[in-house]
Amino acid sequence: MLTHLINGISLGSIYAIIALGYTMVYGIAKMLNFAHGDVIMVGSYASFCFMMYKNVPVPLALLLSIVICTVLGITIERLAYKPLRSATSLAVLITAIGMSYFLQNLALIIWKADPKWYPDIFKDTAAIEIGGAVVKPVAIVSILVNLLIMITLTLFTNRTRMGKAMRAVSEDKGAATLMGINVNSTISITFAIGSGLAAIAGFLLCTTYSRLEPTTGSMPGIKAFTAAVFGGIGSIPGAMIGGILLGIIEILARAYLSSELADAIVFGVLIIVLLFKPNGLLGKKIREKV
Amino acid sequence: MTSIKKASVNSKKAFLNYALVIVFYVVFQTLVSTKHITNSLKGQLIPITCYMIMAISLNLVVGISGELSLGHAGFMSIGAFTSVIVTSALTGLPGIAKLVVGIIVATVIAAIAGFLIGIPVLRLNGDYLAIVTLAFGEIIRNIITNLYVGIDGKGVHFSFLSPDGLGMEATGKIVVNGPQGALGYTKLATFTAAVVLLFIVLIVVQNLVNSRTGRAIMAIRDNRIAAESMGISPMKYKMLAFTVSAAMAGAAGAVYALNYSMIDPKKFDFNTSILILVFVVLGGIGNLTGSIIAAGVLVVLPELLRKFGDYRMLTYAVVLIFVMLVTNNEKLKGRIDTFFKKLRMKISKGGRKK
Amino acid sequence: MSKSPEVKLVNVPSPNFVPEKDADKPLVLEAAHLGIDFGGLVAVDEFNIGIGATEICGLIGPNGAGKTTIFNLLTKVYEPTRGTIMIGGRDTHNMTPVQVNQMGIARTFQNIRLFDKLTVEENVKIGLHNHIGYHTLAGVLRLPGYWKEEKKAHERALELLDIFGMADLADVKADSLPYGAQRRLEIVRALATGPKLLLLDEPAAGMNPSETEELMNNIRKIRDEFKIAILLIEHDMNLVMGICESIVVLNFGKIIAKGTPSQIQGNPQVIEAYLGTHRG
Repeated sequence: MLTHLINGISLGSIYAIIALGYTMVYGIAKMLNFAHGDVIMVGSYASFCFMMYKNVPVPLALLLSIVICTVLGITIERLAYKPLRSATSLAVLITAIGMSYFLQNLALIIWKADPKWYPDIFKDTAAIEIGGAVVKPVAIVSILVNLLIMITLTLFTNRTRMGKAMRAVSEDKGAATLMGINVNSTISITFAIGSGLAAIAGFLLCTTYSRLEPTTGSMPGIKAFTAAVFGGIGSIPGAMIGGILLGIIEILARAYLSSELADAIVFGVLIIVLLFKPNGLLGKKIREKV
Repeated sequence: MTSIKKASVNSKKAFLNYALVIVFYVVFQTLVSTKHITNSLKGQLIPITCYMIMAISLNLVVGISGELSLGHAGFMSIGAFTSVIVTSALTGLPGIAKLVVGIIVATVIAAIAGFLIGIPVLRLNGDYLAIVTLAFGEIIRNIITNLYVGIDGKGVHFSFLSPDGLGMEATGKIVVNGPQGALGYTKLATFTAAVVLLFIVLIVVQNLVNSRTGRAIMAIRDNRIAAESMGISPMKYKMLAFTVSAAMAGAAGAVYALNYSMIDPKKFDFNTSILILVFVVLGGIGNLTGSIIAAGVLVVLPELLRKFGDYRMLTYAVVLIFVMLVTNNEKLKGRIDTFFKKLRMKISKGGRKK
Repeated sequence: MSKSPEVKLVNVPSPNFVPEKDADKPLVLEAAHLGIDFGGLVAVDEFNIGIGATEICGLIGPNGAGKTTIFNLLTKVYEPTRGTIMIGGRDTHNMTPVQVNQMGIARTFQNIRLFDKLTVEENVKIGLHNHIGYHTLAGVLRLPGYWKEEKKAHERALELLDIFGMADLADVKADSLPYGAQRRLEIVRALATGPKLLLLDEPAAGMNPSETEELMNNIRKIRDEFKIAILLIEHDMNLVMGICESIVVLNFGKIIAKGTPSQIQGNPQVIEAYLGTHRG
């Protein structure tokens, strides 16, 4: 039981890191960035290639993949989303879907369809025993990394100038512009952070499951997006709670109910939560002005 | 006086769509009978028609009712598997009767599913509604992936998670086999049947939109609070649109599945839902003509791009992004317009010189 | 400035009073001890009103006094925290805005809420929704009932639009109408629902004096022709004093005065709260 719980929190931590990308971008640009899952995939391939083909040490490979994803995130935003700032949200959504297709098919051409097997960088580290539960080292690393990211991000948004600018833009773009905040660069930075986090998530995800293919990002992307909604989209602690709860539910459902139905159960819980908390667990209730 | 003119504008639009469908049918039916059509395109005719129905059906929810649904393939899937089970269970009937009964039962079951799913979904708003439709789409796929159905002399047997629970006679036949989907059933769909269904769907949606009910649905879309203050219940009419849409998706799924002799539940995943949404958006939200044309063009487009090989879907993605940017960005739109104007002027000037 | 003949307000069997002509008819609307809190803030408190069958009543007060909130309470957009609202003698507790409309209250909105993408005529037909007698299936199958009822609705819509001389705009999209016409269309649309009481939220906002004058005549005409009551929020004192038979003054969510136009004009509390130092 404890093993499953820890594994659940670990998977949930990865979801939480991905969910942050969705939730921050949603909070600030009010758009669902469907290509986010595919940025994870690109990041994973990047770190994979550096490690396997160029023999770059693991931390450096990870760092390089973060840089690549950050640049990719900013590029996507500038090329595809920025021109649509005043368009309908549906138009932006379809463009994001187009971007997702683009990245997946580009990956298919570069890396081909057959899966790559991500190296287990912790293979020399023994499994860790906590209170009778035996867990893989990567699980503990995921949880710790997630905690670190959450603390850093919370401090960043609350304490720094840039973080405050981000919150201002997410509240009211017009007013933020009048206050002298550069809305475009704030949005770019949000995409950069979200995409950088995607690279970390991709690294952790592939180290856990090892299988890597062009569609690797899709399902975790959808689930993390679900997690973001679950916790209340736009809320950073919401993404954390949503992600972890979703991870725990998924692992427990897999272990005790049915591995075939785990996804259905995860989505079922989401629906039930939204029925009672229509804006997610930590989402703000907005009263429509009449 | 004025509104007689307007009524004719609306019915003109409607008749244009009927004409479009008839032309589509006559052209391709002629091409098929005179063998002027490639086999791959011929094989695509029924799926294309089904996607046209799906696009019209989704447009009823997204365009007319104004709710973003990301799980429409789920209803298609329900229709597909229902029709396979029904047509396999019906013995001793002629093919056309089986097909009709299969489509009708699929429509009814999908409508019931739409109604039940609509109860929780339509209480939510905006992006939350979208994510829950996505969730239901995935749940439906997950459930069908674990569904086993067998038919023997005693009737239809259902089992969940494993085929062991079917308890069939030795002569029994498994129709739906979990993750493998449905296998080895009879192909019943014809291009004519698909087009007839498309025609019916078009009549239903167009007549619905131009009626008291359609106006209520659009009123809720445009301004829910004002609609309520006019004594129109949002839940009732959103529900109606959602259920009708699900029913049509079920019918489309039935014809789609009966065009093959095997069907995989994976076929109706999130990507298919998105594909249909792309037809609706590119065709123009609320524009039925656009939905029909977009579905037709975009199903054929990847086929036409076949010579690009691996670059086919990449090109598709680039085209999609490009079209979205051009049609939704004022600056780009303006630039393209002036470009075409200049081009036209050049052409007409050149023409005059000659 | 056109003046409405000063009417005598008489008490009815409740803490309210209505114009003498309506004294023997039941009240269309009665609210008692009405109040709502937003979070900890008391937005409206102890609001009491009774509206006679054919009364034109004005609800005035400075910005932020809670006038629109009262409209939202009466139409159940917000559920009141305290008090009761009776429509035609029936308690509206737990009713929805849809039910309230079906019981005979229709309204317009301060920030115009038309069905933008639909035509003027379609907007009015949506108002007629509950008076068009065919079912969804009859519409889809185009049964005879559909044609008959649609024709009736079309004629009725043009008739209603004609009150404001807007019949020739029937095919224009609602959002391409000028501002004043949009306000008038909202009134027509509300009227189409067949109300016993019409709530108008700043009907003259953004109109010039001659348009306002015309609007006043039309409001009176609507009341006389349809024999309904009208409750209106308005800042234009010419309009309020010109057509209202009774006036309720609100400040900080509470009623500070009630009475005939001349009583209100002479009320020192009103002058202080509402008109400030500009006397008269």
